[in-house]
Amino acid sequence: MSRRDLGREPFDPDAIAGAPRVGGAALAAASPWQLFWWRFRQHRMATAALGFLVLLYLSLFATEFLAPYHRDSRDPAHILAPPQRLRFVHEGELRAPFVYGYRMRLDPRTLARLYEEDRSRIEPLRFFCHGDRYRLWGLIEADLHLVCPAPGGSFFLLGTDRLGRDLFSRLVYGARVSLTVGLCGIAVSFLLGILFGGLSGYYGGLVDHAVQRTIEVIRSFPTIPLWLSLSAAIPVWWDPIWVYFGITLILGLIDWTGLARAVRSKVLALREEDFAQAARLIGAGPRRIVFRHLLPSFASHLIASVTLSIPSMILGETALSFLGLGVRAPMVSWGVLLNDAQNINVIVLYPWLVTPVVPVIAVVLAFNFLGDGLRDAADPYRSW
Amino acid sequence: MLRYVVHRIVMMVPTLLLISVVTFVVIQLPPGDFLSTKLAEMESQGEAIRIEKIEYLRRMYGLDRPVWEQYLYWLWGLAHGDLGWSFEYDRPVTEVIGDRLFLTFLVSFATVLFTWIVAFPIGIYSATHQYSWGDYGLTFIGFLGLATPNFLLALIFLYLANVWFGTSIGGLVDPQYLDQPMSWAKFVSVLEHLWVPVLVVGTAGTAATIRRLRANLLDELRKPYVVTARAKGLTRRRVLLKYPLRMALNPFIADLGQLLPEFISGSALVSVVLSLPTTGPVLVRALQTQDMYLAGSFLMLEALLVVVGMLVSDLLLAVLDPRIRFGGGQSR
Repeated sequence: MSRRDLGREPFDPDAIAGAPRVGGAALAAASPWQLFWWRFRQHRMATAALGFLVLLYLSLFATEFLAPYHRDSRDPAHILAPPQRLRFVHEGELRAPFVYGYRMRLDPRTLARLYEEDRSRIEPLRFFCHGDRYRLWGLIEADLHLVCPAPGGSFFLLGTDRLGRDLFSRLVYGARVSLTVGLCGIAVSFLLGILFGGLSGYYGGLVDHAVQRTIEVIRSFPTIPLWLSLSAAIPVWWDPIWVYFGITLILGLIDWTGLARAVRSKVLALREEDFAQAARLIGAGPRRIVFRHLLPSFASHLIASVTLSIPSMILGETALSFLGLGVRAPMVSWGVLLNDAQNINVIVLYPWLVTPVVPVIAVVLAFNFLGDGLRDAADPYRSW
Repeated sequence: MLRYVVHRIVMMVPTLLLISVVTFVVIQLPPGDFLSTKLAEMESQGEAIRIEKIEYLRRMYGLDRPVWEQYLYWLWGLAHGDLGWSFEYDRPVTEVIGDRLFLTFLVSFATVLFTWIVAFPIGIYSATHQYSWGDYGLTFIGFLGLATPNFLLALIFLYLANVWFGTSIGGLVDPQYLDQPMSWAKFVSVLEHLWVPVLVVGTAGTAATIRRLRANLLDELRKPYVVTARAKGLTRRRVLLKYPLRMALNPFIADLGQLLPEFISGSALVSVVLSLPTTGPVLVRALQTQDMYLAGSFLMLEALLVVVGMLVSDLLLAVLDPRIRFGGGQSR
């Protein structure tokens, strides 16, 4: 971007629009993180992705409030009901948001349940209303919801599953697991990666050799078969919450190798720098040198690469749960929801069961764009 | 060169040994063994248990012995080409695996080829038309390919094929060829089915390869020798094809080592959905029933495939790129 002498495109003032138009003084005085941020903001998609993800993660705190129904509440009268469209217009007349009720009949030959919209039954939605009881964060008892169906009516924005549970609500609950599994996994992988990468790079020699061999071995396994094997080892009698942590641990245990390699090569390159030498001469120990002096100089790179490996963890959990080896009921994740959509018949008959894949794709895309932007911004001292 | 090759092959031995240890630990992790699960299952169903056979198997495969002895026994068998006995199928593992491993290899290999063929022109286009609409569009499609879970893509293809052609594209051959020996007609049928898993598994890898080719090519295009070549009067196209492209090709070879494990694991999942006769579904089943030798040998062989793939890619890289010296460890 900086070498304009080679490209065909004319000079593009927008390319440096994110940078301060102030002179070199402000640029020189800005902290590395300030530069990082300025540079990051140039990447429009990345900025948008960051906003989207922040909103999504904030919503995790209000899951119970945002979901119209409780995770496990069943409506036996509406099994595998198709989505109800949110409407504002009834016979050419604008109204408060509402849905049409269902009219159900059984196909006399196949016994399939056929649902139709009943245009005469208008079910206006209620807002900030009392509905299914829940415990907020498992602690506070409440029954306040953002949206509820009309009294006696139903509101299945994305349809229901084979037990008559609202798919949208389950999607909202599933976000808790699916979005955090990547973060927990990355925390494990981050710790291991920095520890072993740092050790390997700083000490070199025998330690380096051992760590490198281990990494090579772990990397030789195809990830999904290895994940499968490890999660098959989680005992069936475990509490779902422990299974969840087991899965994050498995995801992290296999993922750290890439990070360790990155850390190692950076440490190898940096430990010979003057500032590292100076620190050593003053008498700083290896731990202080690595964590206090070397690590900050490539922290931004680490953040970028960590961001780029979160999506693979989210997809990993989805895949495991899809195969039935991941998170277990009563916990839900997007993968668990997709488990219902495993074969072609389901997709033909009940296409709405596939909708959980939409948030999966959106989140993975967002993380990829975010990581892309972070990577571009990772080296703030590169020419502007 | 010969020294480098020998060095690399010798270094594979400890790696493979370590892999075998990890594999064995992994398959031993679930509590109990196949026989105890099977016994419990049969007892609960009130079936008669052929104790002699169970005892025989237990003794034959040393399930009554300490773990390390079992490991050595397994390893000893592996070294002699005996992969053990599949309890579930009641046949030698070699028989169960045989075809499937070949098909896994076939799918993975075809996917690598597909990835290269698709990624190559797109990568070049993206790099030479940086920040154009085409670049943005292709980047976005690439990301989309990365973000879509493979199994879902497989389902979508199944669905579309069903709606448009009214045929099932699951499996790897048409049903009528299922038990027949290899023939031309069967081969054609395999090709007709192969494109689905290849396309599905390939999407993720293709996106990653495009990104890397684009980044590498962009780096090369900014180097002074490109300016020199242009200044000498070479056409843009000739400069591109003659110098930077050759440099940017290295990732294709270097990626092989990373793509193989990715494709094998990708196809594991897709195979379950498409019910392909590859290793994936059998592995899942073997893990669930604790058919330990079957699962272990699968993991081991797939890891072996990857290790050999990495070796080949390193050797190719050393041949293609004279800058890589045979010091070992530098080759990636």
